[in-house]
Amino acid sequence: MIAAEDKKTALREFMEKAKAGAHPESQLIAILHHAQELYGHLDQAVMDEIALTMNIPTAHIWGVATFYHYFNLKPKGKHSISVCLGTACYVKGAAQVLETVKKELKVDIGETTQDGMFTLAETRCLGTCGLAPVMMIDDKVYGALTPKKTVEILQSFYPPSCRKPRE
Amino acid sequence: METKAITINIDGKSYKTQEGLTIMQAADQLGFHIPRLCYHPKLSIEGACRVCIVEVEGAKSYVASCAYPVMDGMKIRTNTQEIRRARRDIVELILDNHPQDCHTCERDSNCELQRLAASMGIRKRHFEGERKKYDKDLTSTSVIRDPNKCILCGRCVRICSEVQKVTALGHAHRGFQTVVMPAYNMPFRDSVCTTCGQCINVCPTAAFVEKVYTQDLFAKLNDPNIVKVAQIAPSVRAAIGEAFGLEPGRAMEREVAAGLRRLGFNYVFDTQFSADLTIMEEASEFLERFQGKGKLPMITSCSSAWMKCVEQFHPDLLENVSTCKSPMSMMGALVRTYFADKIKKDPREILSVAVMCCTAKKYEAARPELMVNGLPAVDMVVTTREIAWMFKSAGIDLLHIKGEDFDEPLGLSSGAGAIFGATGGVMEAAIRTAYELYTGETLMDIELESLRGLAGIKEGKVMIDGKEIRVVVAHGLGNAATVLDMVRKDPDRYHFIEIMGCPGGCIGGGGQPYAGINSMPLDEECLKKRAEALYGIDRRKTIRRSHENPDVQRLYKDFLGRPLSAKAHQLLHTHYKAKEPRGIIPQELKVR
Repeated sequence: MIAAEDKKTALREFMEKAKAGAHPESQLIAILHHAQELYGHLDQAVMDEIALTMNIPTAHIWGVATFYHYFNLKPKGKHSISVCLGTACYVKGAAQVLETVKKELKVDIGETTQDGMFTLAETRCLGTCGLAPVMMIDDKVYGALTPKKTVEILQSFYPPSCRKPRE
Repeated sequence: METKAITINIDGKSYKTQEGLTIMQAADQLGFHIPRLCYHPKLSIEGACRVCIVEVEGAKSYVASCAYPVMDGMKIRTNTQEIRRARRDIVELILDNHPQDCHTCERDSNCELQRLAASMGIRKRHFEGERKKYDKDLTSTSVIRDPNKCILCGRCVRICSEVQKVTALGHAHRGFQTVVMPAYNMPFRDSVCTTCGQCINVCPTAAFVEKVYTQDLFAKLNDPNIVKVAQIAPSVRAAIGEAFGLEPGRAMEREVAAGLRRLGFNYVFDTQFSADLTIMEEASEFLERFQGKGKLPMITSCSSAWMKCVEQFHPDLLENVSTCKSPMSMMGALVRTYFADKIKKDPREILSVAVMCCTAKKYEAARPELMVNGLPAVDMVVTTREIAWMFKSAGIDLLHIKGEDFDEPLGLSSGAGAIFGATGGVMEAAIRTAYELYTGETLMDIELESLRGLAGIKEGKVMIDGKEIRVVVAHGLGNAATVLDMVRKDPDRYHFIEIMGCPGGCIGGGGQPYAGINSMPLDEECLKKRAEALYGIDRRKTIRRSHENPDVQRLYKDFLGRPLSAKAHQLLHTHYKAKEPRGIIPQELKVR
C-alpha cells in the first residue's frame, strides 16, 4: 500500500515530466491513466489537481474521463467480477448468471457493492468458451456456471459467519 | 497573405474564387446558401451536424462543406435531389430525439432548428427515437441548461472556451449519452460559469435560456402598495427594435420609457444617469491612483460577467480592479436611499427593477455585498428579450407608441453615459471627464476613434497635462485574459484598462434579442449597428461629458458631497474577493 503523500508526489513527478516534454497538453490521457493506477479511480480532487498543474480546464478533463470506459470515476471494489457475455456463454445462460450476480450483490454493471468487496463489469469472450458460461473474479476463471453455483462462489469470498443463509 | 485565384464549378457553372476558403465560405461569397447548423463564423469548425453536406465530384461520399477546402477545378453540387434528401434525413434524425414541444418552447419562432426543419420541407416525423430524459439545471441565477433540447452542435462549448476562454462547459460521456455539462456534472451555480450568457446567444435551440422573471414581474406590477421603479441599460435601447422586426441600429429609449410606464412602472430611470455617476467616481478613483494612491493599472468593474471572471480566473489582479459598483448597482443604491427619501417612501416598499442587455446582471443583483441597508439594490433583472416579450404580451406596440422622457431625478444623462454600452465607451467617457478633472480644461476632441470598433484589443494614448496615459480596451473574456497576461509580464505597460465581458461590449450581451432570419448570432454587422445607435445618441446630445450632467451635479451637491466622499464610498463602491472554483485558462487555445 502506497501512502497518500507518496501517491501525490508520484503523480506530481509524472506531470512535471509531461510538462517538460513536447506538447504537454496532449499528455492528458497518459496522466489520467497514471492517476488511476495510483488511486484506483479518478475523483474530483485528483482531477482538480491535474487541472491546476497542467493548466487544463476541468470541464475538458471531465469530458475525457467520462468518454473512455477505461476510467473509473468511482472507487473500485476489492475484487473485480467480469461476467462473459460473448456468444458461447450467452447461449449457455450468461444472462441468468449476470442477473444472479446483480441480484445477489445488489449492483448494476459498472457499480461497486456497498461493502466495497466487488465491482461488476461485463465483458466479451474470455477465450474459454469450452467452460461456458464463465465469469472472471480478479484473474481466476470460473466455468460451467449455474445461478446456484454463482451464488456459492460469491459467498465463498466472505467469512462463513457473514454468509447469507441459503434460500 | 497572397491567395491564389482558382476556378470551381458549382451546380454546373464555373466561378472564380480563392484558395484557402472552405466550400461553404466560397459558396457564401457567390450567393449559394448551403444549409448549416453547428457552424458559426466566429468559432472553430466542428463538422458535427453534417447538415452542410455537398457532393464533390470524385469524392467517395458527401463532404461537410464547412470543413472541406476548395481546390482548383473542383466540381461541387449543392442542390441535387439526392443531396436534398440526405440533408432532410439528417435533420429528421436530429429531430427524432428532440422534444416535440415547439409551441410551448422558449425559442418557438426564434429557433434555428425549427427554421432549418421548415426549409427542408419536413412535414412529417418518420421515426420516433429514444428521448433524452435529463433534469434541467435551474441552479444558476442567470442561465438555465436543458440537455433535453440539446442537439450537441457544440457551439456553446466552443464560444465558452474559444471566445470567452472560460471553458465552463464540455461534452461529457459518449454516444447517445453525450451531454454538454459543467465539470463533474456540478450544478451550474457551482461551476466557473461567469453567467455571461453567450451560450444562450449561440445556441440554435433552447438548450440554454436565461432564467426568466417575466411572470414574477407581471405579478409585482399589479401590486398597488409598492412603488415600481425601472432602470434601463444603454444597450437595451440599441437592440430592442430587433425583437420587433426592425433592422439593427434604431435607438428606442423614448419608446422603451413610454412602454415601461404603460406596463405599470411608476418611475422610469436611466442607467445612463448612473453611468455618468460611475464615470465621476471611476475617473476620480483613477486620478487618485495615478497620483500614487493605489495600484495601477486600474481595471474597470462595470461588467458583471467580467467581475465573476476576475474573482475566479484572475484573483492576483483584484487590487487593480476599480472599487466602483456597476451603473446598475449604483442606480439601485440611489433608488433605495436618495430617491426613497425624495418620495418619502420606505425603501422596502419600492420594487427596483433593472432592464438589462445582460444575463450576468441577474447574478450581480443577487450578490450579498451589493445590498443597501439590508435590501438588494435591484430586486429583479430582466433582459432585453424578456422585456420585449412582456411588451408584446401586454399589447404594447413599441413601433407606434409615442416616446416619453425618463423621470427625474435619475433620468437625465450625457452622451458619455450612452456609449457605455459599446466596447471602448467606458474608457472614452472616463477620459472625457478625467481630463477635465485633472487639468481644469475641457477636452475638445472627445470622439476617441482608436477606442471604437470591434477589434478585440484596442490601445490608445492620451496626454493629460503633459503626462502620457496609456489605455487599453478589451471585449470578450478571452481578449481580457490576453490583456491581463500582458499586464503580468509588464505591469507598467498600461495605466487604465477597460474590460467588457461580451463580444462587442454590452451591446452583444447574453440577454439581447436573438439573431434574425438573415444573420448569425453575434453578427459583426449587427453589433456595429447597435454601437452606432449609441454613438448616435451621444452625438445628438448637447451634454456629452458626465461631469456636465446637471442632475449628477445636483446629486453630489444635495446628497453625496463629492466623488469618493465617505457617503459615495458607502453607497457606490464595493470590494471583490477571490472565489472558488478556480478558473483555468489554457495557453494553447487560440482566441479567434
